Amino acid sequence: MRNKPRLRDPKERAGDFNEVSMGYSPEQAKEEASRCIQCKNPQCVKGCPVNINIPAFIKLIAEGDPAAALDKIKEKNNLPAVCGRVCPQEDQCEKMCILGRKGEPIAIGYLERYASDYGNKNSQSRNTKQSSLDKKVAVVGAGPAGLTCAADLAKDGFSVTLFESLHGPGGVLSYGIPEFRLPKKIVNDEVEYIRSLGVDIRYNMMIGGIFTVKELFAQGYKAIFLGSGAGLPKFMGIPGENLNGVYSANEFLTRVNLMKAYRFPEFMTPVRIGKKVAVVGGGNVAMDSARSALRLGAEKVCIVYRRSKEEMPARIEEAENALEEGIEFRLLTSPTKIIGDEKGWVRSMECIKMELGEKDESGRRKFIPLKGSEYVMEIDTVIMAIGQSPNPLIGNSCSELKREKWGGVIADPETGQTSIPGVFAGGDIVTGAATVISAMGAGKKAAEAIRKHLG
Amino acid sequence: MNKILLKRTLAPQVSLIEVDAPDIAKKALAGQFVVLRIDQNGERIPLTIADSNPSKGTITIVFQKIGASTRLLDRLNQGDSILDLLGPLGHPAHIENMGTVVCIGGGVGIAEIYPVAKAYKNAGNRVISVLGARNKDLIIFADEISRVSDECHITTDDGSLGKKGLVSDVLKEIMGKEKVSLVSAVGPTIMMKVISDLTKPYNIKTYVSLNPIMLDATGMCGVCRVTVGGKVKFACVDGPEFDGHEVDFAELMSRQKLYIDEEKRSVERHCSDENPNCRCKG
Ligand SMILES: Cc1cc2nc3c(=O)[nH]c(=O)nc-3n(C[C@H](O)[C@H](O)[C@H](O)COP(=O)(O)OP(=O)(O)OC[C@H]3O[C@@H](n4cnc5c(N)ncnc54)[C@H](O)[C@@H]3O)c2cc1C
Ligand SMILES: Cc1cc2nc3c(=O)[nH]c(=O)nc-3n(C[C@H](O)[C@H](O)[C@H](O)COP(=O)(O)OP(=O)(O)OC[C@H]3O[C@@H](n4cnc5c(N)ncnc54)[C@H](O)[C@@H]3O)c2cc1C
Ligand code: SF4
Ligand code: SF4
Ligand code: FES
Repeated sequence: MRNKPRLRDPKERAGDFNEVSMGYSPEQAKEEASRCIQCKNPQCVKGCPVNINIPAFIKLIAEGDPAAALDKIKEKNNLPAVCGRVCPQEDQCEKMCILGRKGEPIAIGYLERYASDYGNKNSQSRNTKQSSLDKKVAVVGAGPAGLTCAADLAKDGFSVTLFESLHGPGGVLSYGIPEFRLPKKIVNDEVEYIRSLGVDIRYNMMIGGIFTVKELFAQGYKAIFLGSGAGLPKFMGIPGENLNGVYSANEFLTRVNLMKAYRFPEFMTPVRIGKKVAVVGGGNVAMDSARSALRLGAEKVCIVYRRSKEEMPARIEEAENALEEGIEFRLLTSPTKIIGDEKGWVRSMECIKMELGEKDESGRRKFIPLKGSEYVMEIDTVIMAIGQSPNPLIGNSCSELKREKWGGVIADPETGQTSIPGVFAGGDIVTGAATVISAMGAGKKAAEAIRKHLG
Repeated sequence: MNKILLKRTLAPQVSLIEVDAPDIAKKALAGQFVVLRIDQNGERIPLTIADSNPSKGTITIVFQKIGASTRLLDRLNQGDSILDLLGPLGHPAHIENMGTVVCIGGGVGIAEIYPVAKAYKNAGNRVISVLGARNKDLIIFADEISRVSDECHITTDDGSLGKKGLVSDVLKEIMGKEKVSLVSAVGPTIMMKVISDLTKPYNIKTYVSLNPIMLDATGMCGVCRVTVGGKVKFACVDGPEFDGHEVDFAELMSRQKLYIDEEKRSVERHCSDENPNCRCKG
């Protein structure tokens, strides 16, 4: 039997921003680690985008040495405390675990989290190589992709400067994913580790504005990695979206997480949450928005999603946590307009019901609006969590950089090579909104390609 | 950290700071702005780059103390530093040789129109500037603007300096006297609306620089969205300058009130007389 992590009581946790899951105790971790049968040809490793030596680190935990386990993980993964918490393990390493065929797979994510939470103090991994100034590399964006690429290059002796447009590191890890799922202290500790490798992080530097790609080359950078993510919020284009009380999830989460609006007025950025909140969308972003709204004191929060629960892209664990905390799911429902009062504030939202049809090319079932099923729900806040696309600023300042119609930068999936020699890209900027670990995988591959490129 | 190298009081509620920011100074163009955060607890506030000096490596910011953040900013003195400074942001103003350009600044907007007037002058235009404020104490930057203008008019609501009346009255007069090719206006939203309404029937191209609430100012959050010509635009990256005849001013004015209650609470928490924690008095 798989060990269950310790979760805080739903009622208690919905009232604050402290972490929901407390992870494993040392006893639980040992027990869970001992379940692993140490496969000779471990399938789990194939499911991990950065190929962590999973059986080896699990063995070290079983032997009671989380610090050594952490060092083993860090050979491949620079952000284990983050991945152990937010990786969609059920679709990756754990999906491939052999024990999952008959029973329950090993809780690889929770063990990774345990190793980094308990092993950090004693960990040995430190940089030994000196950076050599004749090999300068610029990395753009301090999200998972950029941080990983920068760390790998620094470990190899390159002199790496990381340019970040916000005032702090982490990308979505800091401005998007809430404190109760990923404490910011953990992100900051991981970033400190990366800085200790010699990476120079420069905040408040928006590439495309302060420097263009061409200017970076002129400053002596020999290669450039673009990891600026997919931060451009989408709206539905329905009437009433500019009413007061309608947020993009990016705005709402940035206020709450990066700017700490949940501690207003001590922190000066405000956020306004009404009594009845509707969150439109069914992914992790929607879950995070809904659960944050609840914690800010909303009386009623509901998720409005146009497909059914099976199609929801959110992690199962997070959707379940949301349900437990009392969030209502209105499935097969889509907004058609938002209605305001005479002062320009949201008062209600009109929705239409949907029916599922045939599968489309992506394998998901199509949804068809049911004529005449429109109804009005009373709400005072709407959060649009229907997706993000890459920010066009860098591309607009650099016409040679080839992009897809939807905005994604075109890059070789194996190397990250873009249409400009010496310029590499990876993470959400290439794939559109995806996962932390796939962004890290892309950062790693690009670091390898940059190493080759610079000989 | 960006050091304040110079600070001056321009008017009772208006201050000027010159900040060490060499990279921004080299790049800044008329109409662009920065976002700054004073300290760890601070919010990100947008302020226009009123001037830049690439050889000294400095930019000039002129701000009006209207809420908690600008009051705290005014607590800083020469030698103090601003924690975060991001820029240059936004599209530069559209500068072309058009003929006669009327540059209008209202209140603290006078400082914001200065770099624009200067750029139009350098591009070879005949520049007529119109500065307006409530009273003579609030007229700032008059010498600087006169230097880059062929004509400079001043209006005050109470007539304590220049003509008594509104900037729009002066614009009407100018339009009656000569052919105006373009109008560019920065100031309170209502002023920009009145100017745009005035020039529309005459089809005189009119640019306004909008100041919706902003957060990241890099196109990431959408709080700054404005409707222009029926389309949704993000003012921080698509603007802040837009065609005044196309802007939905009513929506903008409504959205600017989003946080009125919270802004009051913030002042109470950080700046009120009764509050022992007040951070804006020495
Ligand atoms: C709310 C939310 C919840 C999520 N939950 C999960 C989850 O549970 N599990 C999971 O695996 N994934 C999750 N994701 C997805 C995951 O966070 C992203 O796929 C991942 O962060 C992408 O990494 P990245 O490095 O490509 O980009 P980002 O994390 O977006 O980082 C990009 C960085 O580049 C900076 N930048 C942008 N433009 C510039 C510029 N011009 N110059 C300099 N810097 C720039 C940005 O400020 C940012 O810091 C979630 C996403 C969101 C929004
Ligand atoms: C592109 C741009 C350029 C600007 N340039 C200047 C300038 O050169 N000089 C100057 O004095 N002011 C300028 N402003 C306005 C300035 O940003 C606000 O006055 C300031 O943020 C107010 O902060 P506060 O905490 O002191 O006041 P608050 O109490 O927060 O606000 C008072 C009023 O300011 C507006 N406001 C609040 N927060 C913001 C925000 N984040 N962005 C925009 N408006 C806000 C609100 O509508 C409110 O009515 C500019 C705004 C924009 C968008
Ligand atoms: S990084 Fe993610 S996918 Fe890889 S082992 Fe850890 S939890 Fe699994
Ligand atoms: S597949 Fe499962 S049991 Fe086998 S090594 Fe990996 S985690 Fe252990
Ligand atoms: S301020 Fe966030 S998109 Fe403009």
